[in-house]
Order: sequence, then structure tokens, then C-alpha cells
Amino acid sequence: MLNIGGLHQGVVIDHIKPGQGMQIYEYLELGKLDCCVAIIKNASSNKMGRKDIIKIEGPIQVNLDTLAVLDPDITLNIIENDVIVEKRTVRLPEEVTNILRCKNPRCITSIEQELPHRFRLTNKEKRIYRCVYCEQKYKETNI
Amino acid sequence: MKHLISPMDLTPEELSELLSLAQDIMKDPERYRHVCDGKKLATCFYEPSTRTRLSFEAAMLNLGGSVLGFQSADSSSAAKGESVSDTIQIISYYADICAMRHPKEGAPFVASKHARIPVINAGDGGHNHPTQTLTDLLTILELKGRLDNMTIGLCGDLKFGRTVHSLINAMVRYPGIRFVLISPEELRIPAYLKEEVLDEMGIPYKEVRSLDEVMPELDILYMTRVQRERFFNEEDYIRLKNSFILTPEKMKLAKEDMFVLHPLPRVNEISVEVDNDPRAAYFRQAGFGVYARMALIILMLGLKDRIPQA
Ligand SMILES: [Zn+2]
Repeated sequence: MLNIGGLHQGVVIDHIKPGQGMQIYEYLELGKLDCCVAIIKNASSNKMGRKDIIKIEGPIQVNLDTLAVLDPDITLNIIENDVIVEKRTVRLPEEVTNILRCKNPRCITSIEQELPHRFRLTNKEKRIYRCVYCEQKYKETNI
Repeated sequence: MKHLISPMDLTPEELSELLSLAQDIMKDPERYRHVCDGKKLATCFYEPSTRTRLSFEAAMLNLGGSVLGFQSADSSSAAKGESVSDTIQIISYYADICAMRHPKEGAPFVASKHARIPVINAGDGGHNHPTQTLTDLLTILELKGRLDNMTIGLCGDLKFGRTVHSLINAMVRYPGIRFVLISPEELRIPAYLKEEVLDEMGIPYKEVRSLDEVMPELDILYMTRVQRERFFNEEDYIRLKNSFILTPEKMKLAKEDMFVLHPLPRVNEISVEVDNDPRAAYFRQAGFGVYARMALIILMLGLKDRIPQA
């Protein structure tokens, strides 16, 4: 398998569902970064059989915990001075803005485009997010 | 209480204060004639709802205040593309309190975030209609003298009927409540309400397919409209609708002190012959709605100290 070492400073987004690496890449807008980014597809994993991995060199501004909304199995390895200083799973944020989009055609967000799409975590165990405007449950299919 | 967007915005204490104020107004409306002198209510109705609007306006006029507003989207700035948040910021300069009706869910919530005056949700799509819930609670309290220890039958469209969902959420706060849910298979209450509210809180309930079998056990019967378009086909509708129509024959099976409520408008789910039954309370319920809104306006404007001593 490809070596994921060699990061001096940065983050490794690990245990991404196989095939979803590109979506995470797009979602985090990694294409806009100047730093070195690697996507590893279909790496073998003891835990999952196969997985995708994203490796980002350098500091990144985005709150990576929002990834938990998209894929709760993702883990983060934070690397500083060639060592993994933190290895953890992503934590579900209490509220997310403009990550999930409300698809309820009766929601005010369907006619007022400038409103931010805000969702609040209403059930942690069941990972239920509800739109703050119409309270409709977010049905996860894809990003 | 800053805004009223969802029926659950009111704590049990605020709710009981509001209901007892409404009951006090009912006893002596004259004493409240000038509590809102010099205050203005804006009714911003982005879709028409004549009864709700008139109920709000009657409430404000009864209190000595005045009203202004618009009804239906095309007579308002929304037709020109103005956002709810812009509109409410302007209305905040014109009036002291606003009742907003909007076809889109969450619009009054958006308004409340940008308003400098209290915003009352007067119905947002199929989502919330808190003043209907206040009306329902006041009606039950006034007719039964209590809100606890009773069996409430909910009949008709329990799947899409927001008034039913709100009433369930409000009533489960009181001890000894039991629900009988009467609806066709297709229009049963949503699973989340059963799982997250009734089961979660251990509230007893049963689901049945016809009114007749349960009439004798009810203390309150809350009727709602079963709409033809909710059915997959015309045959099902015709076959089922009679099971959910209240008739004088069915009323014979009910207790002497059982009351029938309905958020109105009614279509044919309560036959007109029931209207003369003293237990038919749906028109009185509409009257109670004015008192509930009067109490709400006083509390939201913080004008309790203007009420003269009895
Ligand atoms: Zn929504």
C-alpha cells in the first residue's frame, strides 16, 4: 500500500468510505489550497476492507469536525514535526451552517436564497439533524 | 416571552399564566378595554387566512389597540421579491407587535431573528400554528375545568394535521393524559411522534379505524378534516370517509360531558345536525381563540401592569 507517512506538518483524513474521497476533497474545497494534497483511493484497511485517505500538507482552516455530518467513521491524524500529535474520530457538531441543504420544498430556504442553511443536532445517538427553520429531519444520502 | 414561534416556546409556567389571564379576561372583558391603548398590531399575512386574521384583529381591537396589515402575497412587497427579514425590519417601525402568516415553514422564525418587536407565528405552512394550540388548550380548560387526567380522541387526518401534532405535544405535559387516535391507515400519526413523544414519555394511546367503537371512552373529541387529495384513489376515500364523520347517532354513544372540538373550517366531517348538541363546542372554541390571543398580546407587549384592579 501507498505510504502515508512523510508529512512534516498537516492532517491525514483517514477511514473515508471508499469512493467518497473525491467528494470530501470537493466539499473541503481542497482544490483551492496551494499546499500539497494527496488523495489515496481504495487503500486496504483492516477495519473496513477498503478506504480512501486524504493527506493535506500544512495548516488547514476548515473545521474538520463538520466531516462527521457526512461520514461519522472518518478519523483525523494531526501531524506536527513529523509525529502524529493527535489521532481521533470526528465529533458531530451541535450546529452546521451551509453544509447540509434543506430539501423541504415548503421551507423558507426554498424561496429565500440568501438564507444560510442551518441544521441543529437534535439526537446525538441517532445522528439526527433538523433544519432550524422548518425542523425537517435531514435525510442523508449523499453530501 | 419575546416571540411565539412554536407552541413549545412557552414554558408550562408561562402557559398557565397565559391561560389564567385569558380566563380572567373572559370573566370581565370590560376591564381590559384599554390595556392596549395606543398600541398597534401588524397582521402580515403572506397567504389569506381570514378567520385567523380576524381573530387577531378582534383581540387587539378588544384591548383598545389598533391594527394594520396585509393579506395574501401579491398585495405585499413579497411579490416584488422583498425578503421576510427586510419586511419585518420595516414593520418594526410601523407597529408594536406582529402576527405573521406565511406559506413557507420557518418564515416567522426568520422574521423573529430580525425583528425589534415581538413576532407571533400565525401559521407557517404545515409546520406550526401556536395560537391554535393556545385556543385548543383554553377551550379544553374552560369546558372541562382541567387539562390533566382525560382521554382525548383525535380523529381524521393525523398524518398531516399540524394542529393535532401540536396538541399532542402540548397535552403530554399534563399528568393522566391518554390518547385515542382515530384515522384511516393512510393518515395515522407520524412514526416520530409515536417514538419520540408518546413512547418516549410512556403516554398511553391506541390507534383505531372508526369512531363508533371508542366514542364512550372519550372526554374530548378533536375532529379534523380528511382531505380527498390525501387518498390514493377515490374508492378508498368514499369507502373510508364515513367512518370519520361525526353524526348525531355517534354522539349518542358519547358521555354527557364529552366535548367536540374542531380547528375549523369544517367541510363535512361533522354533520350539521351535530351543531345543536350542547357538546358541540367548535364555534365556542373559535370565540375562545380571541381571548387566548388577547392574553398573548398583553403578555408579549408586557402590559400586565396596565390592567385595572378588579
Ligand atoms: Zn428547512
